[in-house]
Amino acid sequence: MSAEPISGADIVIKALVDQGVDVVFGYPGGAVLPIYDSLFKQNSLRHILVRQEGGAVHAAEGYARSTGRVGVVLVTSGPGATNAVTGLTDALMDSVPVICLTGQVPTHLIGNDAFQEADTTGITRPCTKHNYLVRDVADLARVMHEAFIIAKSGRPGPVVIDLPKDVLFALGPYTPPEEIQHKSYRPQTRPDPARIEEALALIAKAERPLIYGGGGLINSGPEACARFTEFVRLVDAPCTLTLMGLGALPASDPHFLGMVGMHGTYEANHAMHDCDVMIAVGSRFDDRVTGRLNAFSPHSKKIHIDIDPSSINKNVRVDVPIVADCGEALAALLAGWPKAAPKRPPAKRAQWWERICEWRSRDCLRYDRGRKDVIKPQYALERLYALTHERDPFITTEVGQHQMWAAQFFKFEAPYHWMTSGGLGTMGYGLPAAVGVQVAHPDALVIDIAGEASILMNIQEMSTICQYRLPVKVFILNNQYMGMVRQWQELLHGARYSESYTAALPDFVKLAEAFGANGRRVTDPAELDDAIRYMIETPGAVVLDVAVDELENCFPMIPSGAAHNEMLLGPEDEATKPISEEGMVLV
Amino acid sequence: MADIERHTIAVLVDNEPGILARVVGLFSGRGYNIDSLTVAEVDRANNLSRITVVTSGTRMIIEQIKAQLSRLVPVRKVRDLTDEGPFVEREMALFKVVGKGEHRIEALRLADIFRARVIDSTIESFVFEMTGAAEKLNAFIELMEPLGLVEISRTGAVAIARGAGRF
Repeated sequence: MSAEPISGADIVIKALVDQGVDVVFGYPGGAVLPIYDSLFKQNSLRHILVRQEGGAVHAAEGYARSTGRVGVVLVTSGPGATNAVTGLTDALMDSVPVICLTGQVPTHLIGNDAFQEADTTGITRPCTKHNYLVRDVADLARVMHEAFIIAKSGRPGPVVIDLPKDVLFALGPYTPPEEIQHKSYRPQTRPDPARIEEALALIAKAERPLIYGGGGLINSGPEACARFTEFVRLVDAPCTLTLMGLGALPASDPHFLGMVGMHGTYEANHAMHDCDVMIAVGSRFDDRVTGRLNAFSPHSKKIHIDIDPSSINKNVRVDVPIVADCGEALAALLAGWPKAAPKRPPAKRAQWWERICEWRSRDCLRYDRGRKDVIKPQYALERLYALTHERDPFITTEVGQHQMWAAQFFKFEAPYHWMTSGGLGTMGYGLPAAVGVQVAHPDALVIDIAGEASILMNIQEMSTICQYRLPVKVFILNNQYMGMVRQWQELLHGARYSESYTAALPDFVKLAEAFGANGRRVTDPAELDDAIRYMIETPGAVVLDVAVDELENCFPMIPSGAAHNEMLLGPEDEATKPISEEGMVLV
Repeated sequence: MADIERHTIAVLVDNEPGILARVVGLFSGRGYNIDSLTVAEVDRANNLSRITVVTSGTRMIIEQIKAQLSRLVPVRKVRDLTDEGPFVEREMALFKVVGKGEHRIEALRLADIFRARVIDSTIESFVFEMTGAAEKLNAFIELMEPLGLVEISRTGAVAIARGAGRF
């Protein structure tokens, strides 16, 4: 404990610095002025001023997901805190370690409907992993350090610390992180050896194995991903990844089948449906992955590795549950494999690979290039990938068709390079997330793959981008529609495009220029490569507005209520495989 | 459809502000049932409270409820008393019965059979206190209704495992 008591605001800053935080994303206001004053008086912590608090949380998420560290947010009371709620929910759904410091009215005013008062702990209780209201400055240092433990250990998630203004002014003791231990929170990270044995035995005998990796691998870190890759290769099993797991196995690895799920590949979904042993690692059998539950992978024994016991048996009954950190479980599997491995692979393995090759030969991501004068969105992404992948870019996305196409057409070789809003599906995520990524990796190529509708949800962060001279590239696939909404209206609601067309879109080039960035619009496929080169070679932030085919749909697709082997591969399937009544009510 | 099971679950939690809201919010947010829920501090030195929640759902839901409860940071232990062997469950209730003449005498007689205690009386009313299993309380209510039962206050179940084993 430090000898001299210091102010609550100084305790906050000191705790952040001692936790290794180098940047905070925030927006000032009355209740947090003492913290901003402490920030002003020091040089260890950088503050990035966003333009709306929602942007701060997404920026912190982008920072966290691209570094594996905790992202930190600082916002004021009332509207500052409520604006952060979407980002907090997003971070909870996608297990992103974020700490959000919210100002609060002084303790004696709490409950009085004071100016800019909101019941922040009440509002954020269901959208955080944990939250605190610090009423006594003596608890502040402990709470700060506990919050970091909670945010990053076990299944990571957001933690809110609500800080009444009088507590920030009050003098109190400071305790360094080494002296703080949470009194009871001890997530299980080590796997049960008996379960590992069971899993190995199943895997060794599998004739049609499938490995299904998710975002838990990314959260567990690059070492876990390396072990995962080693394991996939050792077992020589086909492997698919969820939207959140992309990059956990290099996309160039021949075992990789592409993404699984609603807009996953034909081969990944068929392999999932037909496998006899499924090894789920850090994935949670989300409804976007499973399709119709009672038709989900009906013939497989399922092994499920997850650090969160509540993920196990939530949607799908599994046979071998393993509660553990992915990295530790994979280390145990790798250690046990030499003994468990069969002398030679089960006889039918070769046939399984043959079937996978057949599925692959359907070339499910193919698309009709169509008219020569129209840019297909898939083509735009293919070209973007071709012209940028050698620079090892960091990709963020908004939510919708462009996001799914990006997941399909961008190939990720390593973790931490793909930032997208998976669970919550937050339009407006990508631009502020790119802020966080670029702040963490100042020299890297950071691209927000966006739609014209999503980008407008947090377009104000262009101003942040320009203030800090962040060279973020914004690649807008502009089809003038909320494309995924339009696609569903076409498939499910008789092509009645209710409110999904955006009339009066802004001129994105002028908009970029108004913020102080560069902009360009491209409409001709012949000029696309030039435009992409312009985007990546022009210093500073660039918005590239790519006019794409307005009515293109995202395929392949498992329509809602359908099974993995009932995929629509393209427009030709739309008429022949109508969507069921039950499917219509699903989201 | 899988069978609906009724489970009594004991939860040991850090006694801190908001913990009850966290638990209740979990049940409402995820659409689980609460048949009854009781909470009180049980260990002042360690600042621990015990929540007894009676819930119902399919086996898969019950397992989810326990896993979700365990996931809350201030939750120390979760025990499914229904699954983990014999346990005793009790509930306390207060009943106000208003009436005169024969009804009043009959109410007193029944209360005696049920071992309910009179803890308040006026010339036209009684308040009975009774402790027992929920079924016993329900039976008492059924019999008292025609005799002028006008108000009931129940605590919800508290429960504890039988034998020498500790939580």
